[in-house]
Amino acid sequence: MANHAVVADTSEVSFYKAKSRWGEGLFSWIFSTDHKRIGLMYLALMSVFFLTGMSIGFLMRLELIAPGRTIVGPETYNVFFTLHGMIMIFMFVVPGLSASLGNFFLPIMIGAKDVAFPRLNLLSWWLFLAGSIIAFASLFTAAGPPDTGWTFYAPYSIHTGTNVPMACFAAFVLGFSSILTGLNFVTTIHRMRAPGMTFWKMPLFPWALYATGWVQVVATPVLGITLVLLILERFFGIGVFDPAKGGDPILYQHLFWIYSHPAVYIMILPAMGVISEIISVHARRPVFGYGFIAMSSVAIALFGSLVWAHHMFVSGNSELANFIFSLLTMVVAIPSAVKVFNWVATLYKGSIALETPMLYALSFIFLFMIGGFTGMMLGILSIDVHVHDTYFVVGHFHYVIFGGLGFAFFGALHHWFPKMTGRMYHQIPSKISWFLLFVGFNTLYMPMFILGWEGMPRRYYDYLPQFHHLQVVSTVGSWILISGVIIMVVNLLRSIRTGPVCTELDPWGGGRTLEWTIPSPPPLENFEEIPIIDRGPYELKPSEAK
Amino acid sequence: MSQSVALVGHRDYTGSKLGMWMFLATEVILFGGMFLLYAAYRSDYPGDFHAAAGELNTLVGTVNTLILLTSSLTMALSIAACHHGNRKLAMIMILVTVIFGGAFMVNKYFEWMTKIAHGIYPSSEFLLAHPKGEIIFFGLYFTMTGIHGLHVLIGMVLLVGMFFKVMNQPNAQVSFLSGHGLQRADGGRLAMLDPNGVPLWKSEPIDDTMERVVVKTKYWPVKSRFRVEDFSLLENVGLYWHIVDIIWIFLFPLFYLIT
Repeated sequence: MANHAVVADTSEVSFYKAKSRWGEGLFSWIFSTDHKRIGLMYLALMSVFFLTGMSIGFLMRLELIAPGRTIVGPETYNVFFTLHGMIMIFMFVVPGLSASLGNFFLPIMIGAKDVAFPRLNLLSWWLFLAGSIIAFASLFTAAGPPDTGWTFYAPYSIHTGTNVPMACFAAFVLGFSSILTGLNFVTTIHRMRAPGMTFWKMPLFPWALYATGWVQVVATPVLGITLVLLILERFFGIGVFDPAKGGDPILYQHLFWIYSHPAVYIMILPAMGVISEIISVHARRPVFGYGFIAMSSVAIALFGSLVWAHHMFVSGNSELANFIFSLLTMVVAIPSAVKVFNWVATLYKGSIALETPMLYALSFIFLFMIGGFTGMMLGILSIDVHVHDTYFVVGHFHYVIFGGLGFAFFGALHHWFPKMTGRMYHQIPSKISWFLLFVGFNTLYMPMFILGWEGMPRRYYDYLPQFHHLQVVSTVGSWILISGVIIMVVNLLRSIRTGPVCTELDPWGGGRTLEWTIPSPPPLENFEEIPIIDRGPYELKPSEAK
Repeated sequence: MSQSVALVGHRDYTGSKLGMWMFLATEVILFGGMFLLYAAYRSDYPGDFHAAAGELNTLVGTVNTLILLTSSLTMALSIAACHHGNRKLAMIMILVTVIFGGAFMVNKYFEWMTKIAHGIYPSSEFLLAHPKGEIIFFGLYFTMTGIHGLHVLIGMVLLVGMFFKVMNQPNAQVSFLSGHGLQRADGGRLAMLDPNGVPLWKSEPIDDTMERVVVKTKYWPVKSRFRVEDFSLLENVGLYWHIVDIIWIFLFPLFYLIT
């Protein structure tokens, strides 16, 4: 159409100060379709949920400081680990890096003004809020909070009187939100890349979000229907998971893990993308093996969707099925290892600056490797039979998700903090908090491997006297870890107002991706002019190459 | 100095199609979970499934299949009518589709009610006295046709919305710059130019007080100037309707025709 709008040039103001039809108050946030505001709103909600989940974890550790009843009884302890799992999984790590920082940085890193469906993006956030409210409401309504564990395994979830249906509905709504985010990001990456940015010129964080988006879209509906069936089972007794009526609870486990194992990759893939970015910037080197890292994300998404039954080695699967799923589990280790090797190769002969994000990235590699290797041990049939449903599994899972996603999340927060706020965080408290987190984390979870190996089952509020020493060590670790988290959160919140002003385009001096070419904080439409991309994401500019 | 700015709220036809197809994939996987259960239980209880399916009324099922198939035809016809610039026919075809959807639901209602009157419903004493495979068969029957029926209802609501959208199409509203986008025009004005650069229309000068500039255009695309972007929403609803139809195509033989 021949419509041309004529405007005068104006200087760019940051998106915080941009005019909105809702004025400047709360409404300008909760009704905004700006991907940056939505990303920050996710971040705010998720931080609250993370701290809530962490507090419940703290209480669980406190209960376990001595054998027998310490602060709560077994029923309350059941509620604690269910809530801790539900909140941390569905309300923190599944939206995770992709909904928060991914929302903020995906369009910027591919040179777009927003995501493909901005209103759908806002709807995702609202569904996330609604699902979270329903989840919390399930604690105080009907017959009390669910006590099944976050896995809602049938047939116990059918026969327990607690408020499982509402919690399932909450997870269903949260899953819908996750689907819409994934769908939005995949479409955005397909349709909105800046001119010249082919898939092979796209940075690795968007690559990771692309793989994540597909897993979200393909896997989440399975969880949705599983939870709906569980709700129908509770209300109408349709019988599909109830052995008394001919149903098979093992099928529930299959359907549940068909989603929930890929969900682990929904959590960890964006973290891996972030680590690639952080290491490249703070080692001042182009990413080594760019293509391999990009493809390994896709490979992890692909193979990770085919390994679910390794959660069920002792559930009575056939020998052949167990063998195949064990083999596939080993296969997933290959692309994961490809990433680790390439990160280390990127560091080699780099000019490494031990800024706080880099400290988090390096500890990510260390912790993720421990989590990965113990994961392979769990994938081996004979070992799994020995340590199934013990603290070994709990330790492995926390090393991968907290040591992996958690540390990458904290690293990303520090890495992009100046870009999001226009200020630098306070250096000394940030390094202290990293140290406490790293030490506290290992003190908390390392003993779990030994406890699990010696036979301490998970989800027990009591234990035999011989486990006492290591349980105390673990609980002390939780105190160190939590003090680290508190210092970090307070430091970041303080730095928003009092941190040194940092409006340089590229405060680290090593950023090559597009977010380091625009002002901090970014203007509303990100780019004055959409950039034209003529080289790979980490390659030197021609002027620098001499 | 003047510069051109892009229309706010650009329409990306391919993008919206891609998003819709991904959503359809999630629907297929959602029902896929239930088909998986069906497959597992049918191999567990082949005899009971055979016996239980005999309770279903094949005639009603066949009629419903015909109704849904025809509704897919009318859905496609309404989109084709849009492509030919025939608004009236498009609206009629959307209404006919809604009516077919309603007829399907009415049939379904009487079918369910007959079953329930016979004491066949989940957890009924009558059903619990039957073999386990029959309990599962009817559990799956009510679940799958119920969730499918819910999808038909959602589709009907969407189609009613589409009816009004097509009806109001000539009053298409274009937000040139809305809300936050407006600040780029601060201190200037918006103007619409013809291809020779002669202004057709100019806005008031834009300052802090202005919230948005909305231009309403009246047009109904004729066949020769059809813009597919104007109907991507209707096409997406059409795709949704077809997927709901296709799911029924699988439900029908698996529940009614296995006797």
